[in-house]
Amino acid sequence: MKRYILFWVSLVLMLASLFLVFVYVPTEKEMGIVQRIFYLMVPMGWLALLSFFIVFICSILYLARRRDSYDALAYSSAEVGIFATTGALIVGCLWAKPIWGVWWTWEPRLTATLVLWFIYFAYFAVRSFAGEEARGARYAAVIGIVGFVDLPIVALATTLWRGMHPGGVIFSGGLAPSMLLTLLVSLGAYTVLYVLLLVHRTSVRQDEAFINSLKARLG
Amino acid sequence: MENAGYLLAAFAIIWVIFFAYLLNLLNRQRRLKKEIDALKNTLKEKTG
Repeated sequence: MKRYILFWVSLVLMLASLFLVFVYVPTEKEMGIVQRIFYLMVPMGWLALLSFFIVFICSILYLARRRDSYDALAYSSAEVGIFATTGALIVGCLWAKPIWGVWWTWEPRLTATLVLWFIYFAYFAVRSFAGEEARGARYAAVIGIVGFVDLPIVALATTLWRGMHPGGVIFSGGLAPSMLLTLLVSLGAYTVLYVLLLVHRTSVRQDEAFINSLKARLG
Repeated sequence: MENAGYLLAAFAIIWVIFFAYLLNLLNRQRRLKKEIDALKNTLKEKTG
């Protein structure tokens, strides 16, 4: 029942976000229509960070208490996170080409986001190479904790190094009220989508573990 | 409407990625529930 509510809330917020992005918000003068990618790029970046923050918290809890539910949540959040990070990088390229004239540039935030993608990749790779499930979970938890170092770098990249990225404009008060409203609704919509995906992915992970335990009992 | 293609491509790619992922999760959940029911029945038959 809760999942249906979550699904409908997510759908309504997504439609509201699309309406605001494509109909309500005015076109930015300098960059033109392509500036609207901003309302997708920021939520993707936010989800990439939020997902890894959850991975970080659950990894600490897993190492401290060794409960499989924490590992399931960390694993699920990492999976949603790698999709979000991939999305952020793709959308970033689609933004960069018309605005900067290149598909990719080693701009601080883009580079830090790419590093985050590799950390996510390593999180899954160690599980595959560890062989045993519990050992893989432990190794992955260590990466989930160590990899957290990259999060403040991604978040503060535009402030620390003054790159070309437009992220800094949000906190400097450079957004018009209509743009800020569109951005906030989009952030809310994609955050609810993240929760929905996380709930379903965790459920799949737990069902898989339950099946393995039933199979073990059957011999 | 210059560069509208980039905007549409960005939204289309993200929506396809996330929609396909959600559908995949729902299908997997349905399949796993069936497998759990089948295994429970087998276990019940085995233990009497």
